[in-house]
Amino acid sequence: MPSLSGPLEDPAADAGWESPPPRKGFFTDTSVCIGCKACEVACKEWNGVPEDGLNMLGSSYDNTGALGASTWRHVAFIEQPRKAAPPASAPVALGMPTFQRPGAAMDPDSRTDFRWLMSSDVCKHCTHAACLDVCPTGSLFRTEFGTVVVQDDICNGCGYCVPACPYGVIDRRIGEQGQKNVGIAQKCTLCYDRLGAGMTPACAQACPTESIQFGDLDELRERAAIRLASLQSQGLTEARLYGENPDDGVGGAGAMFLLLDEPEVYGLPPDPVVVTKDLPQLWKTAALAAGGLLAGAVAAFLGGRT
Amino acid sequence: MTEHDAQLTAEDSTGEHVRRRRSGAEISRAASGRRGRGRRRDEHQMVPDATFTSYYGRPVVKASPWEADIPAYLFLGGLAAGSSILGAGAGATGRPALRRVGRIGALAGISVSFAALVHDLGKPSRFVNMLRVAKVTSPMSVGTWILTVYGPLAGAAGAAELLAPVVDSLPRPLRTPARLLVAAAGPVGIGAAAVAPAVASYTAVLLANTATPTWSAARHELPYVFVGSAAAAAGGLGMMFAPPEQAGPARRLAAGGALVELAMEQRMQAGMGITAEPLHQGSAGRLMRASKILTAAGALGGLFAGRSRAAGVASGAALLAGSACTRFGIFHAGQASARDPRYTVVPQRERIERGESAGA
Repeated sequence: MPSLSGPLEDPAADAGWESPPPRKGFFTDTSVCIGCKACEVACKEWNGVPEDGLNMLGSSYDNTGALGASTWRHVAFIEQPRKAAPPASAPVALGMPTFQRPGAAMDPDSRTDFRWLMSSDVCKHCTHAACLDVCPTGSLFRTEFGTVVVQDDICNGCGYCVPACPYGVIDRRIGEQGQKNVGIAQKCTLCYDRLGAGMTPACAQACPTESIQFGDLDELRERAAIRLASLQSQGLTEARLYGENPDDGVGGAGAMFLLLDEPEVYGLPPDPVVVTKDLPQLWKTAALAAGGLLAGAVAAFLGGRT
Repeated sequence: MTEHDAQLTAEDSTGEHVRRRRSGAEISRAASGRRGRGRRRDEHQMVPDATFTSYYGRPVVKASPWEADIPAYLFLGGLAAGSSILGAGAGATGRPALRRVGRIGALAGISVSFAALVHDLGKPSRFVNMLRVAKVTSPMSVGTWILTVYGPLAGAAGAAELLAPVVDSLPRPLRTPARLLVAAAGPVGIGAAAVAPAVASYTAVLLANTATPTWSAARHELPYVFVGSAAAAAGGLGMMFAPPEQAGPARRLAAGGALVELAMEQRMQAGMGITAEPLHQGSAGRLMRASKILTAAGALGGLFAGRSRAAGVASGAALLAGSACTRFGIFHAGQASARDPRYTVVPQRERIERGESAGA
């Protein structure tokens, strides 16, 4: 049986691939995301993902809502008021115009009383993927790149992966029968088809600021650590990495993030754990309960004899 | 993170800072006080505040796409399993009427269960894809294989019970297979009863092995609640349709099942922290309250009503209804817990603060 939790050197090898290529993943640096949604559009276009509601949701510029069967990239928008800068006690010289970037010479805390948080969310391609573990048909599988992909022609729409995902990523597609993949589970494939051709996933390819970076996971982890150190040295002490730690509840994510606030502010769980971590204990409890039922029934029949 | 920073996070995020939820927590605390405080209840009370941050109040995890088919299956599958056990025991102890109720009840329960399970699929025509693999990491795969063994056994025993009275009036080519089936009913029924406990308990693993907060938090006791509920339902069916002089084991099974269900459910809730709240709110709360009353009344009625047929029928019906309410109540409570980000975020935050998180 494959490993159920904890750090894992290579999930593809654990799943049975012989000498797989290096594990691929995303590093989404939200500090440079500008909320253009090019990733959402590129994903829909490349993967032929159907429209799933054109609504005004009243949540800043986010009318996409959440990841789902027909939303594989979702840009979150948070208009966040910040503690107002202390008023200047004395007149401050504005100085002559310079060629510096606006705000570059200012203390980060005093720039504005407001900040945007924007973040492009995606399937985490967990090291220990609950959706894959619980899939009863084998439709969800681990690719040679260490990613997790649904096989459209095998999924029978049982829906078990939906409540199993600790991030609420995967969902069963709703729509009229006959439309593409209606009734079956759908999510990001990390552009499995493009990866096979040596190409970059559509979202990362389209990202104009390199907020979404694609590559070998080992290298991305190094890059993320360097970027975090750089931001913290600039005074952004609230910057943090999310999903990069192989000791976390899912054994580390294949898609990690640099966030500027608590994960739940972006709609991410603060401490996700793969459900199957506790499954062995759960089976033992169920076996004891089953034995108890049989013993109780025997007692119910013998009880009448005395 | 300093306390000051935490305060800032809560106040600063416009990704909805849900203060309105506090009242819900207070209601629940008051309710738990009324019910008496268990050991783990006190931990719950030490949770200082239900303040938490979310992204516009949207869910973090997704509720299952399952509809009434699944709780109906939880009930009917449990009923079928308990009935198979009752039928086999009755066969072994010379109670033909109870045996007949058990075997036919199991046949009916498992047939409707199969229909519900297939109907619930997004692609019912691909039902057989369940049989491509056998995965111990997937409770649904394990359950599929349990049902693949149990279904034909329970079905054959039930069919034998239906055919036995009419076997001689069947068309001649059918008589021999029918007689063989009737002759094999004993061992087949015992086979069904041997697999039945797994049918009754694996469904708890199915629900608990999800990121749905209320189901997941119930994991230590839910298998006991479900087998108790299955025993109560099957006992109730026996009390309703078997003559009282043969229904003694059904009454005792029902009483034992009801006791286990009610006691383990109490213990379960004591250990769940805030994720127990959905079991007291809305339609799930009404179902859970109804289930307690019906199950307790049915079990007591069965034990103390003596050999009155009317009391047996009424008590049996109450037990069946109680078991159904338990399954639907737990199902809907889980769905509600997934739709409210509070039940996902707050327990995870508490885990981090207790230093029990591996990676955060």
